[in-house]
Amino acid sequence: MYEIDAKGVYYRDLNERVRKAIREHHKDIVLHNVCGQYYIGCGLNDRDVKLTINGVPGNDLGAFMNGPTIIVNDDAQDGIGNTMNGGKIVVYGNAGDVVAYSMRGGKIFIEKDVGYRACIHMKAYKEMNPTVVIGGCSGAFMGEYMAGGTLILLGLTKRDDKPLTGIYLATGMHGGKIFIRGSVDERMLWSEAVIVSPTKEEMKKVKSEVKEFCNLFKIDYNKVMDEEFVKVAPKSTRPYGHLYIPGP
Amino acid sequence: MKWMKNLKTYVPPSFVVERDDYRCIRCKACVEQCSFDATFYDEDEDRVWNWDANCVGCDRCAAICPTEAITVRRADPTYRYNHNWNGHIDSIKKRAIFGGTPVVSMGNDRPYPIYWDHMLLNASQVTNPSIDPLREPMELKTFLGRKPDSLDISDDALKTKLAPQLELEIPIMFAAMSYGALSYNVIEALGRAAKEMGTYYNSGEGGLNKDHYKFKGNIIVQVASGRFGVHKDYLDVGSAIEIKIGQGAKPGIGGHLPGEKVSETISETRMMPQGSDALSPAPHHDVYSIEDLRQLIYALKEATEYKKPVAVKIACVHNVAAISSGIARAGADIIVLDGFKGGTGASPQVIRDNIGLPLEVSLAVVDERLRQEGIRQYVSIVASGGIRNSMDVVKAIALGADAVYIGTAALIAIGCTMCQQCHTGKCAWGISTQDPHLSKRVNPDISSKRLINLLEVWALEIKETMGAMGINSIESLRGNRLNLRGVGLNEKELEILGILPAGE
Ligand code: SF4
Ligand code: SF4
Repeated sequence: MYEIDAKGVYYRDLNERVRKAIREHHKDIVLHNVCGQYYIGCGLNDRDVKLTINGVPGNDLGAFMNGPTIIVNDDAQDGIGNTMNGGKIVVYGNAGDVVAYSMRGGKIFIEKDVGYRACIHMKAYKEMNPTVVIGGCSGAFMGEYMAGGTLILLGLTKRDDKPLTGIYLATGMHGGKIFIRGSVDERMLWSEAVIVSPTKEEMKKVKSEVKEFCNLFKIDYNKVMDEEFVKVAPKSTRPYGHLYIPGP
Repeated sequence: MKWMKNLKTYVPPSFVVERDDYRCIRCKACVEQCSFDATFYDEDEDRVWNWDANCVGCDRCAAICPTEAITVRRADPTYRYNHNWNGHIDSIKKRAIFGGTPVVSMGNDRPYPIYWDHMLLNASQVTNPSIDPLREPMELKTFLGRKPDSLDISDDALKTKLAPQLELEIPIMFAAMSYGALSYNVIEALGRAAKEMGTYYNSGEGGLNKDHYKFKGNIIVQVASGRFGVHKDYLDVGSAIEIKIGQGAKPGIGGHLPGEKVSETISETRMMPQGSDALSPAPHHDVYSIEDLRQLIYALKEATEYKKPVAVKIACVHNVAAISSGIARAGADIIVLDGFKGGTGASPQVIRDNIGLPLEVSLAVVDERLRQEGIRQYVSIVASGGIRNSMDVVKAIALGADAVYIGTAALIAIGCTMCQQCHTGKCAWGISTQDPHLSKRVNPDISSKRLINLLEVWALEIKETMGAMGINSIESLRGNRLNLRGVGLNEKELEILGILPAGE
């Protein structure tokens, strides 16, 4: 284990220290006293590296990341997994806005709630098929422009008087799958997506991801699976094709 | 005879294809070459016919006809003359018939003023000698990137740590045009020409085909809102990274590569499923402010360990100067200004034809604003959008650009006839298409040679003009507006362009 005390360290220096530690072949790196430093894990490639963050990391955690595992033992801020290509991020707490923007590969597990615009334009390609599991609830615009991958929302923090997702759910969705535990208020949906029941095959995938989630956060799997799941799916892979005609 | 006319969807043709029957030898080359279904052969009558309504005026058939039997000409307007409604009649009809908004390509074709043609350059006479570029050294080398406030040179060495720079042998680069919009062979030609000429081509927002990684050292990679094809190797192969905020031909709206164009190889390059629309959101959803832009700029710098300049490309819009100041302060190394005449592979016509600002004006106000604020050295400025010839390049540099991008001009060099049909994916010249039958019409050997010729000739013309002005280094021309004079411009326009009227 290689430890770095991040207290008062400027983000650029902190990230350079992390890169240096990786160059020196450290695999298990622990950052203490992290307080809002940007870009931790950004662009890192090494599959066998594990970064443990004690404290709250700043925006764009794991952006453009392509391999490592990041464990956050606290809440995280905006832009986690931005354009991430591979690897895993686990957040023991809440996360801010724009989780997994344009993410193309790897996994993100968030114990509690996320802010606005989670998983916008998430996409998949061949063997690259990102998965995001959110234990709590989400803000508006979840899954906007979604083009691929799997998003599972468990709503374990749901309060009776509050909806599970914000409005504009799956606006412009044209690929991928969103599974939501419990029910979705139809009024949250925009016109490009529909609510259907997941198939058996799809539930297998949901179950295995939920199992991983429950193991990570020590949550009773059977209790989580007690409720039904619904699936939000795109109506078409070409939502806007009909709006345009060839010009003169 | 197979007539295809449908009264319900009829709008009068824009072109008439005339075929001299005496010359026509029925070789049917034109039938084979026309990708717009405008030419067909009638066996019963042994005649080649045209369906004029489908003709886009690309001139491919006329060029290919071995006996020069074909003339394509613009059709005379059919309706009664009406200055107010001309052109709008068909445009209303089309919307009403098809229920969609027309998508067009290439740049704005409306008759807005062209300020380049209202500026004249200076030359030396008597009081200072002109320079002959054929016999004296003439420097076009350009560095793009952040420059230091001052240089510390001590012990015969440069002590100041310089920010990463792009080194250009000639201040002209190929603008962002994606593989997807353009065919494989065109990208190949652009890459080869960039390499040969010591400049750069831009991948556009569609990612980079693995085959084209060989152009490493001459590629600028683009990161747009859809983040298509953006991953570690892609960022690594770029000599610089360009964040595309906007494009002159479609400011403020996203990209939209229709599903039909997302073929197997395109899906591989963009890293997205085949046949699905490639939608680029209108904004980057992680950039809602200058502060957010700074965050993305530095995320890319972190991801590439501060080894590459990061450019930000914006469409020229009304408050371009203030936005550019923000971009410079947000840490960009290069600002790309894309004027409203910039080309596109597809844009809604209303947007292309009505939004934005002229490049000339934008360049002038941005350069001036950054100078006034004392931050001009923080960023290089690349002018883009409707640069048609070497003198536009010279005038752009005199107005304050460090370098220019050319897109449309490069395509014309390899055969484009500006028929503005790129959005259909049927380009008969094989340029803006993914149809293998059409795209093989572009020969990368010939095309790269033509691009090299174009750049070499423009370089010579630039040197000749600089020589005439008595300038032997492009650095001395940069922002040198004293060498420009305006003709036919009003006082306010002269003031904004920062140039004197002819005679003063
Ligand atoms: S090849 Fe071009 S110019 Fe000739 S008929 Fe077809 S569309 Fe018209
Ligand atoms: S690239 Fe092809 S389709 Fe586009 S304007 Fe040029 S010739 Fe026409």
